[in-house]
Amino acid sequence: MSYLELRRVSKSYGVGATEVHALADVNLAVERGSLVAVMGPSGSGKSTLLTIAGSLEEPTSGEVVIDGNAMSSMSRNDKARLRRRTVGYVFQDFNLLAGLTAAENASLPLELDGISVKNAHLAGIAALEELGIADRATHYPDELSGGERQRVAIARAIVGERSLLLADEPSGALDSTNSEAVMRMILAACHRGVAAIVVTHDAQLASWADRVVFIRDGRIVDQTVPPPSPESLVADLSAPSPRL
Amino acid sequence: MSVRHALLAFLSEAPKYGLQLRQEFEESTGQVWPLNVGQVYTTLQRLERDELIESDGRGEETGPQKVFHITEAGRKELDTWLSTPPDTTEPPRDELVIKVLAALRVPGVSVHDVIQVHRRYLVELMQQWTRLKEDEAEFDLTFALVVDAELFRLDSVVRWLDAADGRLKRAALEAPSPKPGPLIRRRLVVRR
Repeated sequence: MSYLELRRVSKSYGVGATEVHALADVNLAVERGSLVAVMGPSGSGKSTLLTIAGSLEEPTSGEVVIDGNAMSSMSRNDKARLRRRTVGYVFQDFNLLAGLTAAENASLPLELDGISVKNAHLAGIAALEELGIADRATHYPDELSGGERQRVAIARAIVGERSLLLADEPSGALDSTNSEAVMRMILAACHRGVAAIVVTHDAQLASWADRVVFIRDGRIVDQTVPPPSPESLVADLSAPSPRL
Repeated sequence: MSVRHALLAFLSEAPKYGLQLRQEFEESTGQVWPLNVGQVYTTLQRLERDELIESDGRGEETGPQKVFHITEAGRKELDTWLSTPPDTTEPPRDELVIKVLAALRVPGVSVHDVIQVHRRYLVELMQQWTRLKEDEAEFDLTFALVVDAELFRLDSVVRWLDAADGRLKRAALEAPSPKPGPLIRRRLVVRR
């Protein structure tokens, strides 16, 4: 069974002549352990898709199902709890709180969920360790590089038992080396069983995904088919073997 | 080879004279692709031999005054070519440019659909290269560099498709513009 499902999800803003259809009849399923990229230009509806998938916004019609729970049948409080415990977000501009250290930022979702400060801190440190940045735990965001800040943001998104990772242009303005590091971290989380969606206009980021879904004007218009073994590419290299 | 298919695309609009085809080819490719006069006529001859086009039989044998029509087989050949990925062992951009330009001329073909077919194909190829990088590149610097080069090359083609998609969408929303031929040609000549 899919961990996250969007069933015929539509989202409109405004009414009458000013009505804008941000999403139209979107179906999307993400399994645990898999990374799906949603690729489209600015204004195509990909960020709306992400906020609805994370139940930060409600669809105008259709259903969002997370881990077998239909969001429409849940109370506001239950939904908020599920969101706090299950969903981690990574934003383009990192969204770290400037007055908190890296460790405090990473452990914040657990503290908000009522877990003791001590236990939350331990989980926060563990998440930073996973991303190779535990040595910066006591630093504040303005003492960290862009790449380090994004690692902290990913640590915050996967801290505790979070099983759904939603990332909006997660490499932000990072250079290609740091962008690749970000995608490797998200992929590593998927290998541990997290279900993840990355929305991006960047084909290089999207190419890390198991499946790439193309969105245009609020509609999913196409998707990649599972690629054959990459070994065929090596055989196709016309140049002498790069390993020589 | 794309001279054939460019000519088929022009003929898919309406029957045309040989001379007209030559002029349209030069205008629409904007000198991205210079070709000699004889190449148009020999290509028309081959297309006729392969029954992808027909001529009305009047006028000189392969000359500029003969009227050519596309056949049903020609339309099928054109459709297949438009959505067949180019050989990606060679840089595909120029051929893709020609395909997108040709798709603009073919009645009943959505250029956005043609762009998406190629975009998906390129992203699938990038997924395969990235898998190689994920599994092995960390351990082999030379291989990682080759894979990166290929990924950036493919990425640039996807970016061009995205830009073309956006530009065509904006153009469709705006009032009909004058034929872009002379201006584009001038710019390309300066660049060359």
